[in-house]
Amino acid sequence: MDQVTPLNRWVEIGRLEDIPKRGARVVKTDAGCVAVFRTFEDAVYALEDRCPHKNGPLSDGIVHGDAVTCPLHNWVISFETGQAQGADEGSVRTFPVKVENGALFLDTGRVLRSASVLSAA
Amino acid sequence: MSEKLVVIGAGMASGRVLEELFEAAPGRYSVTLFGAEPRGNYNRIMLSPVLSGEKTYEEIITHDADWYSAHGVTCRFGERVTGIDRDKKVVFSDAGETPYDKLLLATGSDPFIIPAPGHDLPGVLTYRDLDDTNAMIGAAAKPGAKAVVIGGGLLGLEAAAGLKMRGMDVTVLHLMGHLMERQLDAAAGYLLEKELKGRGIHVHTRANTHEIVGSDKVEAVRLDDGTEYEADIVVMAVGIRPSTGLASSSGLMCGRGVHVDDAMVSSDESVLAVGECVEHRGLCYGLVAPLYDMAKVAAQTLAGHDAAYTGSVTSTKLKVTGVDLFSAGDFAEGEGREEIVLRDPTRGVYKRLVIEENKIVGVVLYGDTQDGAWFFGLLKDKTDIAEMRETVIFGPSFAGGAPVDPMAAVAALPDDAEICGCNGVCKGTIVQSIQSGAGDLDAVRGGTKASSSCGTCTGLVEQLLAVTMGDAYAAPAAKPVCGCTDLTHEDVRRIIKAGKITSMAGAMQECGWKTSCGCHICRPALNYYLLSDFPDAYRDDPQSRFVNERNHANIQKDGTFSVVPRMWGGITNPKELRAIADVAERFDVPTVKVTGGQRIDLLGVKKEDLPEVWRELNDAGLVSGHAYAKGLRTVKTCVGTDHCRFGTQDSTGLGIKIEKRMWGSWTPHKVKMAVSGCPRNCAEATCKDIGVICVDSGYEVSVAGAAGMDLKQTQPLAKTETEDEAIDLIVAFTQLYRENAKYLDRPYRWVEKVGMDWVRARVVDDLEERLALVARFDFSQSIYQTDPWAERAEEQQSRQFRPLADLTLQAAE
Ligand code: SRM
Ligand SMILES: Cc1cc2nc3c(=O)[nH]c(=O)nc-3n(C[C@H](O)[C@H](O)[C@H](O)COP(=O)(O)OP(=O)(O)OC[C@H]3O[C@@H](n4cnc5c(N)ncnc54)[C@H](O)[C@@H]3O)c2cc1C
Ligand code: SF4
Ligand code: FES
Repeated sequence: MDQVTPLNRWVEIGRLEDIPKRGARVVKTDAGCVAVFRTFEDAVYALEDRCPHKNGPLSDGIVHGDAVTCPLHNWVISFETGQAQGADEGSVRTFPVKVENGALFLDTGRVLRSASVLSAA
Repeated sequence: MSEKLVVIGAGMASGRVLEELFEAAPGRYSVTLFGAEPRGNYNRIMLSPVLSGEKTYEEIITHDADWYSAHGVTCRFGERVTGIDRDKKVVFSDAGETPYDKLLLATGSDPFIIPAPGHDLPGVLTYRDLDDTNAMIGAAAKPGAKAVVIGGGLLGLEAAAGLKMRGMDVTVLHLMGHLMERQLDAAAGYLLEKELKGRGIHVHTRANTHEIVGSDKVEAVRLDDGTEYEADIVVMAVGIRPSTGLASSSGLMCGRGVHVDDAMVSSDESVLAVGECVEHRGLCYGLVAPLYDMAKVAAQTLAGHDAAYTGSVTSTKLKVTGVDLFSAGDFAEGEGREEIVLRDPTRGVYKRLVIEENKIVGVVLYGDTQDGAWFFGLLKDKTDIAEMRETVIFGPSFAGGAPVDPMAAVAALPDDAEICGCNGVCKGTIVQSIQSGAGDLDAVRGGTKASSSCGTCTGLVEQLLAVTMGDAYAAPAAKPVCGCTDLTHEDVRRIIKAGKITSMAGAMQECGWKTSCGCHICRPALNYYLLSDFPDAYRDDPQSRFVNERNHANIQKDGTFSVVPRMWGGITNPKELRAIADVAERFDVPTVKVTGGQRIDLLGVKKEDLPEVWRELNDAGLVSGHAYAKGLRTVKTCVGTDHCRFGTQDSTGLGIKIEKRMWGSWTPHKVKMAVSGCPRNCAEATCKDIGVICVDSGYEVSVAGAAGMDLKQTQPLAKTETEDEAIDLIVAFTQLYRENAKYLDRPYRWVEKVGMDWVRARVVDDLEERLALVARFDFSQSIYQTDPWAERAEEQQSRQFRPLADLTLQAAE
């Protein structure tokens, strides 16, 4: 199903129930912290854990629908696009994450690649 | 000569395969049908009406003796197949061997039984076949008998409703937060629970079964939290497991179910499988619609034709008379998904469509399921709904038409249509009152009583004002809570109180929320209103709290946190100071500061260190100072009679008493207090939410001050002679504020709205009301006065503060 290219690197990071519904947990990577969110209806998303406004930790925000409100100044960031909603402008990177039999997998290949893009830039 | 087909399991799937097979290839097989139940095929899903007494067993038989003999089926009912020898191609039963050319497995599922102590006591039943049903009917015959149903899914609820109709006293225990959580979202689950409770069925959600109690038969069920429910029978309806024992012991490939390919053939080409016992493309099904699709394909395969089963999309209805509920597809939020929500609180209707790329992918309907089939059709056919996006939720009769105008709907109502259910006011009365001069909502409320009780009809009354007065009507400027609703905070509080609503989903439904899950503005407010009005019945939702209250520390601009332990009345001692110093050193706390609230702030603590920091502070007797809370913050004091030459009373002691009584309480906004020992007022009591100035003759209690963005001097509430009375006044004032203020209004803002006279009338003049307020405050404290730090320092909870995973090492590999 999932295309396995050498660049994809799915790593098990925990179980779905480790994250509260409408909550988040952080995964530390060499490319910085990734916030893994779980919605009320058990969809999961992974976003860079740094608000585009002033680096607020999105993992500490309030989750509603498929967005999170930053805990520092209430920007609303969409899980789907990583874009700030409404009048605010900015975006964070989103990463592939999936659930298989209750286990969570993060595509660290993508996380690290985006880091190398960053450091190359 | 015909080939020998042996069928194991005389259930719904095999019945359908045989029908299809005799049509596709008449005479090709001579069939032997084994069934463990002592009867032939019947419509299992209709056991629920049999249980409730709405049907008899005879009415649900699908294949009778005549049908079997007409098709030459050898019936071996009451005979369980115990083994298969695939090399010899025989099956074993008590009566010996039976040979086959083709074998069809249709063994269905087995009910799952929670392995709690006592699960094997007599009186513990499952709900799968006619014998189970008859056992339940038998138990219900005893007058006053009690049933506990474990499992609030489809089966459990049908069992509960049936047993209730048979006169039993029924309790449903459900592990999750809302009923049928796999088919319903929280809003629909709330409506369902309300309906069942209305029928007298007790529903206990988040119920973890600890033990089934009884010596030689079932007597009660005990939960993890200690609650006990008496029971004459316990019905376990917590789930099913594909029945694969026979298949796996004969070496057929099995996962959760018997593996089959698209032709319904197992890993042995002579063996087919259908129904609930199979796993197809990784999925197991628990409903009949997929079985019928599978049966068709299995029959074609047996007849030698090519056919492929590619999976099914399922929908669910609950077969409880009078409950209209429909669910289909996937209603989770997800990437690129949007939702359309329609709620009609007065009719108890909730409809939600989940849309992805202009196609319906999920449907949840409650209260009005008329359009279920139509939505399901759009879902299965993946119809593009872009054209009718605006109106699709109104169903096929509106689809493609102009968007409905709510005003037109109200205008079209007859004069005798009831608008306000609480006070029985109909449209005509309201219109008349408007025509004779009532120009706004309050006037209509005053004149007719409409909308003055629970408030759900406020929207309708406003529409009537608009329709009747036309342009002359200026809609009220009242600000709605947020974009999720048109109601104001005051409306929402009133509806929650009047409707005795004790869940977030319930509040959103009864107030007609326009989103399914709210937002960061309304959820913290709703969470507060619910926990303040119903401290026992409502369960605090940490995910609906702002970061500081969720993490019990103040977030800093760099994402670290500050930690402020309580120092009762500003008094501390060497042991506490040493603990604070030790923590500051051990955790490299960058800043230690004395706050303006007479205590010490440790600033810059890393989130993952919080539980450890708290544990160490706890060990020295320090608890959370709630410096982050919409709740009681500090009670500042001065040194008072203990040391000061001007002191008139023990201001420090009183401050400590107040803080010990009131810490841990949640309030609409933060509450700060101070007690000064004389009018020199060193504790700055006259700019606090509540302040006490001690004088020779007693205590002057004043309220509604502030020294933040607004500077307000407190206003006198009352003067008392004793400390105890002063404390009663303070507690009663706080409770009145808790019960009535809008979320995020400080006391001074709230008092500006209701007036000091209104407050004094309740807190000072009406002694009975004062004591009632105090009692309600204390009741809430009995639940909420706990140290959140101690709870979160426990392993279970402290994990939430640590990273889920640390991949920095792995990534370096
Ligand atoms: C730590 C402290 C400053 C200090 O170093 O002394 C402080 C720090 C904060 N105050 Fe304060 N206030 C502190 C005493 C005060 C006082 C003085 C007092 O309590 O006597 C006031 C004026 C009195 C009053 O509240 O009326 C005060 C008026 C505010 C306000 C304005 C409130 C208002 O209604 O106008 C805010 C904003 C808010 O709460 O919405 C605020 C908000 C804050 C927040 C929580 C801002 C935030 O949301 O992050 C600051 C948190 C800093 C942190 O990370 O810890 N702080 N703040 C004081 C903690 C007292 C304590 O021990 O709990
Ligand atoms: C009370 C109730 C209400 C339901 N309501 C609905 C509904 O509203 N909608 C819906 O879609 N679905 C409903 N279902 C589910 C539906 O009934 C099942 O999906 C369907 O019956 C499965 O068919 P099956 O043939 O796979 O299994 P079954 O119908 O269970 O048949 C399997 C048969 O095989 C027999 N058997 C097992 N092992 C052996 C063996 N070794 N030897 C001989 N015989 C054996 C069993 O005794 C059983 O009779 C309901 C189920 C129940 C119990
Ligand atoms: S005065 Fe302003 S900056 Fe200073 S602590 Fe209070 S909120 Fe923060
Ligand atoms: S840092 Fe997120 S809103 Fe300011």
